This record gives sequence, structure tokens and C-alpha cells, in this order.
Amino acid sequence: MRPDWSIFRRWEGLLLILLFLVVGYNALNTPGYLTIGNWVNLFQLSIEKIIVALIMTFIIINAEIDLSVASVMGFSACMMGYLFAGGAPMEWAIAGGLLAGFVAGLFNSFWIGIVGLPSLVVTLAGLIGYRGLAYVLLEDRSIGRFPDWFDRLGQQPLIGPFPLALIVFFVLLIFAIIVLQYSGFGRYVYVIGNSKDVARYSGVRVRRTKMILFVASSTIAALAGILYAARLGAVRGDMALGFELDIITMVLLGGVSIFGGAGSLWGVLLSVLIILNLRNGMGLANFSGHVQTGVIGVLLILSVLAPNLAVVVQTSLKRRRARTLEAAAAD
Amino acid sequence: MNAIRRRFQPEQIRELVLIGLIIGILLFFGAQIDNYFSPRTFTRISTSVAVIAVVAVGQTLVILTRNIDLSVGSIVGFTAYVVGTLLSINNDIPPVAVVLMAIAMGAVMGSINGLLVAYGRVPAIIVTLGTLALFRTVLVEISGANSVLTNELPRWLVNLPPVNVFTIGSLDIRLLFFMAVVVVIVFQLVVSYLPWGRRLYAIGSNPDAARVAGFPAQRIIFTAFVLSGALAGLGGFMFLARFGNITVVAGQGIELQSVAAAVVGGVNINGGLGSPFGAFLGAILIDVLDNSLIRWLAISEFWRDALLGLLILLAVATDTVIMNRLRKVWSRHELQVSSDGEAPAAKGGAGYAA
Repeated sequence: MRPDWSIFRRWEGLLLILLFLVVGYNALNTPGYLTIGNWVNLFQLSIEKIIVALIMTFIIINAEIDLSVASVMGFSACMMGYLFAGGAPMEWAIAGGLLAGFVAGLFNSFWIGIVGLPSLVVTLAGLIGYRGLAYVLLEDRSIGRFPDWFDRLGQQPLIGPFPLALIVFFVLLIFAIIVLQYSGFGRYVYVIGNSKDVARYSGVRVRRTKMILFVASSTIAALAGILYAARLGAVRGDMALGFELDIITMVLLGGVSIFGGAGSLWGVLLSVLIILNLRNGMGLANFSGHVQTGVIGVLLILSVLAPNLAVVVQTSLKRRRARTLEAAAAD
Repeated sequence: MNAIRRRFQPEQIRELVLIGLIIGILLFFGAQIDNYFSPRTFTRISTSVAVIAVVAVGQTLVILTRNIDLSVGSIVGFTAYVVGTLLSINNDIPPVAVVLMAIAMGAVMGSINGLLVAYGRVPAIIVTLGTLALFRTVLVEISGANSVLTNELPRWLVNLPPVNVFTIGSLDIRLLFFMAVVVVIVFQLVVSYLPWGRRLYAIGSNPDAARVAGFPAQRIIFTAFVLSGALAGLGGFMFLARFGNITVVAGQGIELQSVAAAVVGGVNINGGLGSPFGAFLGAILIDVLDNSLIRWLAISEFWRDALLGLLILLAVATDTVIMNRLRKVWSRHELQVSSDGEAPAAKGGAGYAA
């Protein structure tokens, strides 16, 4: 009689256990850890990355990647700052920032969808290029002194204890779960990720789906960049530099396959919670930010290595059992 | 057209176009910037291209197998820092030992990547994204946030960058640039003539077929990562020699620059196409643009990254659109030759001249 391990074989099961361990450890060692205030704080510190991770989940499940998101965040925020410094009212400046992200998304999806270049290359060029445009706009200046209401939106709670960015995240999360997990479009995203050719022959509009995803990705990145600007109260050319790696790590640790076609938003949500709590716990235990990043890097590799090793061990066990049986039969 | 077709492969034409493009850019900036064609410009560009070219060659080996190595930036920083620290503690380590140490250190880190990718079957982008963070973390931890300072390094190292190997006319070939050129030539020969090099292409263009054909794919991919790490280690040494002052963030961003150089140089991100020489040209093109835009007064120097992004896109777009067409022309021609009925064998290759 062997116990049934199948729940652990599901990635989400493992993540859930890990999450309980991390949260349990933190809660036992830190009084007041499980209060809403602390959790809002926890989310607030990397809310922009988490928002972008939602759309990145779609993109990676679709067997593509978007390396340009962090640069688009910086570019849109700088566009907003540039317009504001040029005398535009704040509302128009924000709209301009969002539009910049939307146009960047159109540009990406033109090269990916219409010219047919690999998204890794297009968005690598975007990573360098949009960051470059951010510097073109602001050079080495920093722009701040936004209207009070804008800073307040980024820094103060809006409804109850929740600031605007967190509310945006929850709304987007619910919307994303419905679209990805329960809508036809979501099924297309999975089907294309599994096999582009099969999807095309089945009449799925592959090109259109991909283009929609990349426009959405840059637009949401622009929104996240503007929320980030509101939280910081100022914009600079090097804003959100290097965020893309953190965002992709969040998604991959959540069990989304880099080859596409597999993964879920639930997994990503769990991995986000684990990363937040792990970082917080390590921070409380006086580990530096670099160590935290390193630990998460190891976790990322282990997350893929462990299931592979499990398969290897399983097959070798099976082979040994078969050999023992053969030997027994020969006797 | 036939003469061209007979003499060149599409990839070689691409490299010629790249050289033409570099010359075109040089001529353009020569007309725009006073005193542009001076030995100093050559020295400046050739020194700054050296580090990135060496790393880009290693990156090319990995990309050829349909993988990617994003950890090279951290490897460059790690070796530069650790070798620099050892040298400032003990100034008497012989130069050859220093270079070998840097290469070995990089190779060890590369072998970690290789083990995980080839034998652990973890996708390269995940492994090297993880080790990118991990190597940097180890560096920050062991450094205690101290820096390597130029005045603590031995004199021979500080005096290394201005050393000339030889001089052509008024152009000085600096030692660092010469090292990079040697690396490029060696690996160009390796991928062109050694069985190991040819198999990189086979694995990259069709992994399944390579496996069925019985190539030791795992071992070859492992070696590619080890070499990429070793070259990044050498790049780390060159980085140390060039800058002297090394902080814990040294080499950050080199991973993307090396991928950009390879891609601009015609190395296909999906593996199986491209060459170290192409990557070298890509590195030169990027660097010429970089160095010239800083001196060009017509537009702000802040445009350079935006233009670089566009350049990468255009390079890859021409690759996909034009190269595919060229390859079709070539393969149609070859098809014709073989359907002409044993032409090459019977008429002693006359079929090619038709």
C-alpha cells in the first residue's frame, strides 16, 4: 500500500505547503505579522511588479516572452513626467503616459505578429530601446512635485486600508482569472502555447491573439509605471530598471512552463505570496536584499530541477524493481 | 549572380553586408564629426569592443545550440572582482597564472549552468536567470561591499591596456583587442572545422535529429556552457585590466549586450545559424555606433540606446525576411544542379558554372 502523493505532484500543492511554512515561520517569530496592515504593506512594496506579472503569465503561457515591460514602465512614467513638466495638466500627462505604453505595445506586436520575429529578440530590443527613449525624454533630470492628489493616490489608503494600486491589482486579478481560466480567449492562449501550428490549423487566430497580448502587456506595464511614479512621487530615466527579471521569476516560480501551454494564475498568485513573505521574513532576519534575490534565484532553478530529478529517480526505481522481478522470475 | 552564388554562402553575404554597414556608418560619422578618423578613435573603439567581443563569442556558442546564457554579466563581474582582490592582496602572482585563474573561475561557473541545463534538463533561460542572481549574490556577500582599487593592483596590470602588440600605419593594435581577435579566430575555426563545432549547429537546428543521429548532445551543450563561462572569465580579466576600479556591480548588463552583439551579427536566437565572426562584427557595429553618437553633436547622446534597440530590430528583420529569400534562391539553385543529372560528377563540376 503506497500513499497517494498525487497532490504534491501538482505544482500548486507544493507551493501551498511552502507558503504555509514561510508564513507560519514569520508569524511565530514576528508579533503582528498576520495583521491586515502588515500584509497591505507587504504587497505595496512590490505591487507594480505583481500587476505586470499578471499579464506576463498570459504571455509566457502563450509560449512568448516580454522582456521590455520594465523599460515600458520607465518610458511611460517618464513620458508622463515630461508632459507634466512641459505644462500639461496632470490628467492629460497620465493619459499621455498610458498612450506611450499602448504605442510601445503596438510597435512590439507589429514586429512579432506581422513581421514574425521571435518575441525574445523584439522585446530585448524594446528593453534597450524604450529605456533609451526614457533617457531621451528626461536625460539625467528627475521630475517631481506632482499635484497632491496624485501623490496621495500612490501613498495613502484609498478605500479602507487599501491604496489604489492594490485595488487595481485585485480588479485586474479577478478579470485576468476570468479571462484566462474561464473564457474562450483564455483557451486560445493555452492552445497557441501548446502548439502554434495545431492552433492555426484549428482556425484559432494566432497572430491576432499574440498581438492583443503584447499590446495589453505594454499598456498594463504603463499603468504600473505610473502607479510606481505615484508611489515614489518622482520619475527618473532609470525607473524600474531590471524589474523584468523579478517579474519573470514570479511567473516561472508559479509553475508556468517557459515552453508555454501550461500554468495557471493560481500558481502565480501563490508564488507571488511566497516571494513576498520569503523576502519579508529574510528581511526581518537581517539578510540583505542581494541574499534575498539569490535565494529566489536558487528557488527558481530548483522549481524546475526538482520535478525533473523526481522523474529520473522514479524511472530508475521502476527499472530496479523490474530487474528484481526478473531475477525472482529467473530463480 | 551565378558567380556570387558559386563563391559565397548566404551567411557570408550577410557578414559582408555587415562590414559594408560598419564602413557606411564610419563614413557618415567621418563626414559629421571633426577629426573622426584619428588613431585615437580607433584605439578607443577597439579597446571597448574587446571585452564584449570575447563574451559575445561564448554567447554565440551557447545560442548556436538553441540555448541562452544570461549569467555572463555576473560571471564577468565575479571574476573581475575576485581576481582583482587576490591581486591586491598579493601583487606577485605571475600574469599567466592570473589569466588562467580567471578563465578557470569562469569555467567552473559555466559548468554549473551546463550541468543544470544539459543534465538537469532545466531550460537555459531559467537556469541562467537564476545564476545571474546567484553569482551576483555570492559576489556581494564575499565582498562585504568593498571595491577593488586601481592603486592596489600590480603595475603590469594597470599598464596593460596601453600595451601595443604591433602598429599598422598609425593605428595601434592594443593587446586587449589582439586577445579578442585571437579568440574570435580560434573559435571561428573551431565551429567551422572541428566535429564538435559542427555538432553545435546540428543540435541547434534540429535537436531531435541530432539525438537520433547519436550525437552526445548533453555533453556538447555542457561544453558550450563551460566555454561560455570560461570566455566570460577571460572577459572578466580584461574588464579588470581596462577599468582597474571594480565595484560589486561590475559587468552588470553585459549579458544583454552580448546577446545583442550576437543577434545583430546574424546569430539566430533559435539556434543553428551564425558564427563567432558575425558576433564580433555585431559587437563592433554596436560599439562604433555607441562611441560615435557620444561625439555627434547633432543629437543628444541619450539617443544611443533608443537607436541601438531599433538597430537590433532592423538587423533581425533583414535576417528573417531577406536571408530566408536568399536561402531559397541558393537551395533552388542547388536543387537545379542536382536535377540536371549528376552534373558535378560527370562534367567535373561544370554544372556549377552553368
